[in-house]
Amino acid sequence: MKISTIRELLDAQVICCEDGLARHVYSACGSDMMSDVLAYVKDQAVLLTGLVNSQVIRTAEMMDMNCIVFVRSKMPTPEMTELAKESGIVLLATKKRMYEACGILYSNGLVGNRVKNG
Amino acid sequence: MAEALNFHFIVDGEDFTSAGQASVQVKKNLRQLGLPSEIIRRVSIAMYEGEINMVIHAGGGTADVNVTEDYVEILLKDNGPGIKDVEQAMQEGFSTATDSIRSLGFGAGMGLPNMKRYTDFMKIDSVLGKGTDITMRVNIE
Repeated sequence: MKISTIRELLDAQVICCEDGLARHVYSACGSDMMSDVLAYVKDQAVLLTGLVNSQVIRTAEMMDMNCIVFVRSKMPTPEMTELAKESGIVLLATKKRMYEACGILYSNGLVGNRVKNG
Repeated sequence: MAEALNFHFIVDGEDFTSAGQASVQVKKNLRQLGLPSEIIRRVSIAMYEGEINMVIHAGGGTADVNVTEDYVEILLKDNGPGIKDVEQAMQEGFSTATDSIRSLGFGAGMGLPNMKRYTDFMKIDSVLGKGTDITMRVNIE
């Protein structure tokens, strides 16, 4: 799914890295717990979260994720936006709640992720 | 690579916001070395979890990364309170983190299990009241 499609489906605002809207994501993960996010591995995924601190950006960076959607009207801080710009991670913000946002993306064909068992 | 490369970092235990900076730097360094992206991701996630643990549980510490021909080795050392029961700490979901840590998105009891999940070798040496040393290796195939 194109990141621009995610933006349209979630009626989201683009916070930064608009250049990346044409890129594709192939899986998604929705969580406010970053260690749960780090337990899943997959290239080119989108992270949906209601958590707002710099570790959200670092977690996405570690996972090679190229888009983060902040749900329920949460907005990233300027420091977070700077960190995202350094890594070219597209930041989106939607008014939709986590459950609804995940449901919309899932029902439009963006499936979840498998846990990599050690 | 004829000789091992070493990167040394001091992890500041006072600042949660900057936690993870060493892992970001290691990721950049490993990219410059041209290692496969899967190896880089596994090393950086394992180190990042370790760095976060050092900040939230141990007041900081040091991190050393050695790159050899066969593997990437991560050595984490802290002078924190130590781990009371390592076996218990390795269980997914077990955590001694406070609610304030959880509100920051960590302390789900996944840190140590994730470190094991993403590495090929992991050893924990912990002494109560003295600190914890963790050695992890990711093989370069």
